[in-house]
Amino acid sequence: MTNWLYLHGRAFVHALRRLVGQPVGTLLSAFVVGIALSLPAAGYLLLDNVASLARGVSGTPEISVFMAPQASPADVAAVEKRLRGDAELAGYRYVPRDEALRQLERSGLGDVLGGLATNPLPDAFVITPRGSDPAVYDTLHARLVEWPGVAHVQLDSAWVKRLHALLQLGQAAVLLLAGLLGLVLVIVTINTIRLQILTQRHEIDVSRLLGATDPFIRRPFYWFGSLQGLFGGLVALAIVWTAVEMLGPPVAQLAHAYGAVFALAGPGIRESAAMLAFAAFLGWLGSAISVRRHLTERLR
Amino acid sequence: MIVFEEVVKRYPGGYTALGGVSFEIRNGELVVLSGHSGAGKSTLLKLIAAVERPSAGTVRINGQDVSRLRDRAIPYLRRNLGLVLQESRLLTDRSVFDNVMLPLVITGHPPRDAARRVAAALERVGLSGREREMPLGLSGGEQQRVAIARAIVNRPSILIADEPTAHLDPAYAGEIAALFKSFNAAGVTVLVSTHDETLFAAHRPRRLVLGKGMLVGEAAA
Repeated sequence: MTNWLYLHGRAFVHALRRLVGQPVGTLLSAFVVGIALSLPAAGYLLLDNVASLARGVSGTPEISVFMAPQASPADVAAVEKRLRGDAELAGYRYVPRDEALRQLERSGLGDVLGGLATNPLPDAFVITPRGSDPAVYDTLHARLVEWPGVAHVQLDSAWVKRLHALLQLGQAAVLLLAGLLGLVLVIVTINTIRLQILTQRHEIDVSRLLGATDPFIRRPFYWFGSLQGLFGGLVALAIVWTAVEMLGPPVAQLAHAYGAVFALAGPGIRESAAMLAFAAFLGWLGSAISVRRHLTERLR
Repeated sequence: MIVFEEVVKRYPGGYTALGGVSFEIRNGELVVLSGHSGAGKSTLLKLIAAVERPSAGTVRINGQDVSRLRDRAIPYLRRNLGLVLQESRLLTDRSVFDNVMLPLVITGHPPRDAARRVAAALERVGLSGREREMPLGLSGGEQQRVAIARAIVNRPSILIADEPTAHLDPAYAGEIAALFKSFNAAGVTVLVSTHDETLFAAHRPRRLVLGKGMLVGEAAA
């Protein structure tokens, strides 16, 4: 185990020296990888910010349940009893038809109903579902409509559902972009490692003659690819943070103009660590493919 | 011990480099392999180091059948052989010390012990104090001595050299021959290929002569 760690340590130092020894090439590769990774990372961040904004603006979604005009007090009581025992609800509020009329009059629209002899408004319940998953609202809506005495069920936050669908579409697009640009990183690494193998061909052949095993030969290339990916990840993080710093103030000003308070948030420690790990993994993957493809045929 | 039994080596395209060669080299022998260019000397040495596989016949090194060795076992065979090639094949971007150190790095030797061994190997070849120099700053003879130090630093039981004096002037070539003799005197089995039959004459080696891929002559020490 100690020997294995020692050999990995040497391979790591060897790879680091090679990267530092060719600063221009290393920087160019890091920028290519970094720019490629920064696009999906920025997309993810944008979606995350929009999602948190949507959560703040929409507040708690509500569903209005309107009773049929001919519903009796017994029907209303039966519906209230069922609402009280429903596990999917966070709470409910009963709005009798008389109170609804008073609210309408207070809102200045009382004249609209002035000519009518009777109160046309129905009794209603305003209910608050548990959670914020639009799918839950759909099933709840379908269930409530079937209850006896219920005439109409209205989802007040339908736009949240649309926003949720848009966010899901955005997430799929970001995922696709991440996949494609991740592929770019892998291809860049495959080519870099191929060139490294060509330039180190003499050293590889000599090492083989001196008894080097396949893992011994491959280890520095794995480290090289991983480090290149890691450097690319660092460049991507720097690009994203710079963008957040530059766009933060104008976005906050825009939000303020609409009477909202909103600050653009950069990637947190977990997101940053995940991004660096992902970049290093893609670098390792590219080097593994390249080594398998270009080194094996040279070894025998 | 090195044993060849009816070894044939045919290259793709049909060229036969060795056409059924048999011999045995006992532990501690000094053997000079001679013959004209194209006689099959390099191929024979490559078969011992498992750089090439025989088309027919058997090659045994210390009882191990090299012809049937699995690919992943080859590096471990080579670690017990000291290989010196026609060109020194040093890594020109590494110091003399790092070049000689390479076999010990490959085997994962502890650095302190490895440094002691490198110093001892360089002393054996007369290059003490030249550790920090770069190979391109050395003469051809010195470069070959660095290659020899690299070959012996792992203390191999068998030392194989393919035309180690081919590009050296006679004075340097004589020094290298004396070095091989000194290793042999210390108990190492030495097999050297050369087309210069006079080179090792003073050391009275056993001679194997190859001609057109066949063993055409043999002379005891």
